[in-house]
Amino acid sequence: MKVLVDLDVCEYHGQCAIAAPDVFDLKDESTLLWDAEPDEALRADVEAAADVCPTQAISIQD
Amino acid sequence: MTRRVIVAGASLGGLRAVERLRAAGWREDITVIGSEPHMPYNRPPLSKSFLRELDPNSDTHSAAREIAASAAFPVRVDPAGIEWRLGRTVTAARLAAREVDLDDGTTLSYDGLVIATGLRPRRLGFTGGDAGRHVLRTAHDAARLRVALAKAGRVVIVGGGFIGCEVAATARQLGCEVTVVEPLPEPMLAALGGGLAAAMRGHHERRGVRFVLGRAVAALREDASGAMAGIELDDGTPIACEVLVEAIGSHPNIEWLAGNGLDLSNGVLCDDRMFVEGCSEVVAVGDVARYRGGLCADPPRRTEHWCAATDTARRAAPGLVAQLDGVTTELGPWPIPTFWTDQFDLRVQGLGVTGAADEYTVLEGSLEQFERGVIVGAWRTGALTGVLAVGVPPAFLRPYRDQVMAASSQTSVTV
Repeated sequence: MKVLVDLDVCEYHGQCAIAAPDVFDLKDESTLLWDAEPDEALRADVEAAADVCPTQAISIQD
Repeated sequence: MTRRVIVAGASLGGLRAVERLRAAGWREDITVIGSEPHMPYNRPPLSKSFLRELDPNSDTHSAAREIAASAAFPVRVDPAGIEWRLGRTVTAARLAAREVDLDDGTTLSYDGLVIATGLRPRRLGFTGGDAGRHVLRTAHDAARLRVALAKAGRVVIVGGGFIGCEVAATARQLGCEVTVVEPLPEPMLAALGGGLAAAMRGHHERRGVRFVLGRAVAALREDASGAMAGIELDDGTPIACEVLVEAIGSHPNIEWLAGNGLDLSNGVLCDDRMFVEGCSEVVAVGDVARYRGGLCADPPRRTEHWCAATDTARRAAPGLVAQLDGVTTELGPWPIPTFWTDQFDLRVQGLGVTGAADEYTVLEGSLEQFERGVIVGAWRTGALTGVLAVGVPPAFLRPYRDQVMAASSQTSVTV
């Protein structure tokens, strides 16, 4: 599973970091870090993060 | 003979329903019917970036298409077997016969139905001044409002909820003179509680937005040519404007379901599995659905938060597929609801149930310096049911989210 984030669309809400704290980390108001190839066990969290992102910046590639 | 699920509504709720139907194993046909002529697009940017950034000289229809295209959701399912009938409205349903009628005269039959027809804005009960009157729900509304704001000196926004306050901030940033008329003592009072609501009002006022609180609109005024000239308050005070934005709430789009014996008193009443009460193959999702959810035991209500489209579809779709395929399915717990509002340079983020609490307390930071970061807790019957945060990194909110989730499993919260 690959996690892609479109930083042009990201508005740094950080809902991803709440939904999937093991994958996303909003370090400050304009810096998002994420694990681009998280463990498969985290798929449900990553899907929840992709759903909850207000700007739909997250996509999952299998 | 291939079976079909009809999804009535092609905004976020309808889209998530399609995705979750496929994810739940539905391999047969899906027909999505949407009254707007666009593929599903995201509404939150309509009150902010699109109003600011659009070319005010473009014609409304092109601008609406442009907005809808740039806000379009990625479609995360294989298009095979999914038909999109856009620019079509469902006008009637005969649930016993499993049929719906469209406004082009067609009748479609279904094996399963997802009701996702959402909301339309409420309007003030006055006539006149039509060209200067606006609501904000669709890309077309946003395109129309953008053109109007470019020419307007003075804007009156009726309704100080989230939409009204977001439009106020955007209009002010575009250089308009902005007045918000709100009957309650503070804008966003029910959602934020008095302290944070007053703090937000102060932030707006320091940027030149004027609030008229505790007053309602008693009349509209037109000029000699019938154009919008202003409003009159219920105390007789006139307020002149070229643009009037009606941000006074919404009506659920349920008229098409009349005559089927459903409870349509406030949206479509559903059970905990999002099944419409009394129907075994009809579910509802999103803004139109009235349901209990995880954090509120009683009574069922409509949740006008963006997250509800996804949360309800995640619940409704597997249940519907299980029903159609004759299997049983287990539905997990409801996720914690979230919401946000962006106004000027501030973002308020909400977790859980924050509306009309017994008590609001500041958990971190202060209301006096709230722009630097504050967390306010919302309490009901002694339990923390939600938190509101301004300028707080998500890592700080996680412990409160855990606390709110724990409270929901322990208490039955009556709203």
